[in-house]
Amino acid sequence: MKYLLQRIAFYLFTAWAALTLNFVIPRMIPGDPVKSMISRFQGQMDPDAIESLYVLFGIDKQAGIWDQYVDYWGQLFRGDLGLSFTSFPSPVSEVIGTSVWWTVLLVGITTALSFAIGTGLGVLAGWRRGSWIDGLLPATTFLSSVPYFWLGLVAIALLAGPGSFFPSSGGYEPGLVPAFDQYFIPSAIQHSLLPAFTILISSVSGWILSMRNMMVTVAAEDYITVAHAKGLPERRVALSYAARNALLPNVSGFALSLGFIVGGTLLVEIVFSYPGLGYLLFRAVGAKDYPLMQGIFLVITISVLLANLLADVVYMLLDPRTRKEG
Amino acid sequence: MTIPTSSIDQVIPGEGAMAQPDTAPAAKAKRQRLRFVANGKAATGLIMLAIYCVLAIIGPWIAPYDPDARSNDLLAPPSAAHWFGTTHLGQDVLSQILVGTRGVMLVGLTAGLVATVLSVLIGVTAGFLGGAFDEALSALSNVFLVIPALPLIIIVASSFTTAGDVVVALTIGFTSWAWGARVLRAQTLSLRRRDYVEASRATGESTWRIILFEILPNLTAIIASGFVGTVIFAVMSEITLAFIGISSISSWNWGTILFWAQSQQALAQGAWWWFVPAGLAIALLGTALSLINFGIDEFVSPRLRSSGKSKVKTASGQTVRMRVGFTPVLASRPVRATQVARSYPAAPVSNGKVNGAHVAPRKEEVK
Amino acid sequence: MTGQPVLEIRNLDVDYGLGDQAVHAVREVNLTLHRGEVLGLAGESGSGKSTLAYGLTRLLPPPGVISGGEVIYHPPGGEPYDVLGLSDRELRAFRWAETAIVFQGAMNSLNPVHKISTQLTDVIKAHQPNLSAAARTARAREMLRLVGISPDRMESYPHQLSGGMRQRVMIGMALALEPQVVIMDEPTTALDVVMQRQILGQLIELRERLGFSVIFITHDLSLLVEFSDRIAIMYGGRIVEEAPAETLYRDPMHPYSQGLLGSFPALRGPRRELAGIPGSPPDLRAMPTGCSFHPRCPKAFEPCPARLPILGQPDAPTGGGRTVACWLHPARVPVG
Repeated sequence: MKYLLQRIAFYLFTAWAALTLNFVIPRMIPGDPVKSMISRFQGQMDPDAIESLYVLFGIDKQAGIWDQYVDYWGQLFRGDLGLSFTSFPSPVSEVIGTSVWWTVLLVGITTALSFAIGTGLGVLAGWRRGSWIDGLLPATTFLSSVPYFWLGLVAIALLAGPGSFFPSSGGYEPGLVPAFDQYFIPSAIQHSLLPAFTILISSVSGWILSMRNMMVTVAAEDYITVAHAKGLPERRVALSYAARNALLPNVSGFALSLGFIVGGTLLVEIVFSYPGLGYLLFRAVGAKDYPLMQGIFLVITISVLLANLLADVVYMLLDPRTRKEG
Repeated sequence: MTIPTSSIDQVIPGEGAMAQPDTAPAAKAKRQRLRFVANGKAATGLIMLAIYCVLAIIGPWIAPYDPDARSNDLLAPPSAAHWFGTTHLGQDVLSQILVGTRGVMLVGLTAGLVATVLSVLIGVTAGFLGGAFDEALSALSNVFLVIPALPLIIIVASSFTTAGDVVVALTIGFTSWAWGARVLRAQTLSLRRRDYVEASRATGESTWRIILFEILPNLTAIIASGFVGTVIFAVMSEITLAFIGISSISSWNWGTILFWAQSQQALAQGAWWWFVPAGLAIALLGTALSLINFGIDEFVSPRLRSSGKSKVKTASGQTVRMRVGFTPVLASRPVRATQVARSYPAAPVSNGKVNGAHVAPRKEEVK
Repeated sequence: MTGQPVLEIRNLDVDYGLGDQAVHAVREVNLTLHRGEVLGLAGESGSGKSTLAYGLTRLLPPPGVISGGEVIYHPPGGEPYDVLGLSDRELRAFRWAETAIVFQGAMNSLNPVHKISTQLTDVIKAHQPNLSAAARTARAREMLRLVGISPDRMESYPHQLSGGMRQRVMIGMALALEPQVVIMDEPTTALDVVMQRQILGQLIELRERLGFSVIFITHDLSLLVEFSDRIAIMYGGRIVEEAPAETLYRDPMHPYSQGLLGSFPALRGPRRELAGIPGSPPDLRAMPTGCSFHPRCPKAFEPCPARLPILGQPDAPTGGGRTVACWLHPARVPVG
């Protein structure tokens, strides 16, 4: 319990740091990005939006930096992330709200799946060293060196296109209305197959490799020798003794690399024009929609922190040493 | 986007119960150094990296065309005149790749260098000084580790009105040092407790002298591995930034090529040559760097090395895999005449226990 | 009880690596363990004593290979067989049921993620699949009680136990299937002296009750003198002297044994001069010619660097029931 509380405190601290970073960055940039933005939207911005922009970017010369900071937090707690320029005058929170679920489902499911498959193959590769799986390692090295988005491009070129089962872009058939019904759900799944496959292919090799290396390391531990000396069945030694212990560092590695992975997967959405956060971020960058970009960064950071917390809970369940009594 | 695959932080070689016989340390060190270069993976990676470096230097001179020059061959597939085909404006893709190599390598190496220096400063200081310093610096690096790096880089880089190579390199460098710092801190902590460090502390050597001469030399492999890992990440991030149009599109790099390919619907027009070469160039560079890192990993923890011979022929003529738990029996020693009578057969197994009730079927003794 | 052999090691050779690069860690070792006996195996680190123990059970990790020899096991009332000739399945059944091992690293011998109960019962389950879960648990509790640990500790994880308790758990686990042979590899090195003697004393007592034999490996010759019946001294992968504990203590013949005995204070009897052995153990990659101890031997003379002395019964008045490999005491009856 103490362990979990420590972790929660850490994530709260990190969230605070990330949000503060979000506050500081625009204020450190030389030049005045806001002025150019306001001039671009000349006549379309109501005074409210301009004021919230001022607060967000700290160009509000009247207020001191501390007052700005307090205002910024006040806005965040009201869920007010400002107004989006691209879909003016929708609030940023609303724009993000419609796309966040696409990302959570696509990235969440594929990342979990990739970790599970990669870990499984890594167990095999590490336990049976010198078997055919070791021969796959160079290929997986190559695949993990390919940028996710490029693999997406290749997948579209090879597999998608007119007449193909795999649609090349979008999250669902144009014309359908998002709803939980028998038309929309299958279409959404069909559209997510290729992006999911792309993410899976490029991320799985990392897990195979790290689990293999952990298995090799753990296989030299004394308790593995003891397990062999006890004459336990091979399966039990491999799974219950070796893999069970090798999994621990892999789970904490999973938590630590979530930030990296999510960054990569967002790009796959861009290639597939998938209506998630990544594609939204891409469009926001293209339109210089700063409020939206910052909002997306906040949402992604918070989601990653939550996923990390989840991974910590799993780790706690797996490792009795963290569950100290008292 | 790439998962840091280095396992060095997890593999801190321990003395197992079955520590293998030691050799004279001097000879061993020399052999090991040679072995790193002789390591197939590391050597392949180094050669590939060297080719990239050469291309980065001479690329703009050997490029057959000006990468910006338009021609009348619009969207032409690969041919003798244009090995990698042309873009929608008739620009030569090969020239763009060659000219772009310099930017990619420069940004990658600069960012890697910045991040490595930061990670050494923060990681080693935290690990060596300990106490409140350690707490604060570890918290800092954990924060940077957990915050998704790529979105952060995008936010920062896009805040600049024009993001040139320098801005991109520095942004990546300042946001991606945390992993290395974490690994270095762990290793420094363990080094700090070694006898020779304690000894030099006891003799009153200054902290910085100890760090420079006792600690750092032992971290070389890990620092190198961290550098290579950061370069991989930096190259990927840089190309990503160019691909989504954040860095200035006036200078060429592979991401810029992909940006144009994507925005000009190269896919829909079937112009595969527009994006395939750039992707392969990235992938091969990434592979080269990963191979170097595998080499370092195996150099640091020999257990990971796939031994040259993993299969042996046993006494019974079978070929078995060398594995933990079942040491192969190569051959029984030729038995002398007096011992023949006392050579015993292997016992049959009945239901899980050898000789179920400790009784084996009686076999005729050879006298 | 004693007298009958239970485990015979014959001409065992164990290498690290293959072909020309092989390092010969154990050479032509002949050793017989008798029923009910405690056989001590002593030597400096790198002398091959642990390699020998792992080799004879085929637990040596790669690149270890057994390059020759036999390990003959005599089951009570059954026909002897070669352990090295067993198939993997047979070997798995043989392990722990006939020969159990208590390992060096008490701290790392238990799987950190499983409860003590799981680790005690899984071995029973693997070897006696017909036993009910309740019977297995009862057996496990009984084993803990046997080694002086409260059965309440069944549900503990290894990190919740002290080092001494973990080592007791390991000993209890080793006895769970009532094996004929228990190999103890530096079982108490990580413990303090009081705990060491307590645990060893308990083990000897259990041996008298349960009647198993022990191969006790340690670098601490004083422990062996106290707790074992016979002692074999290893140097450079070979056995250089073997004798009853009392004989070896009073009258060591090999200069190396004398050196080892001289490096710790006498337990009983008159005080002796404490003296270490000069030099360091030999590099297994480049073994000295002849007797591998000759570069460090204070009594080396002209045959030592040239020819390898064979282990055999020395031609001396006190030579009965013992063997030595030394040119000072040329063998009358070679072993093997």
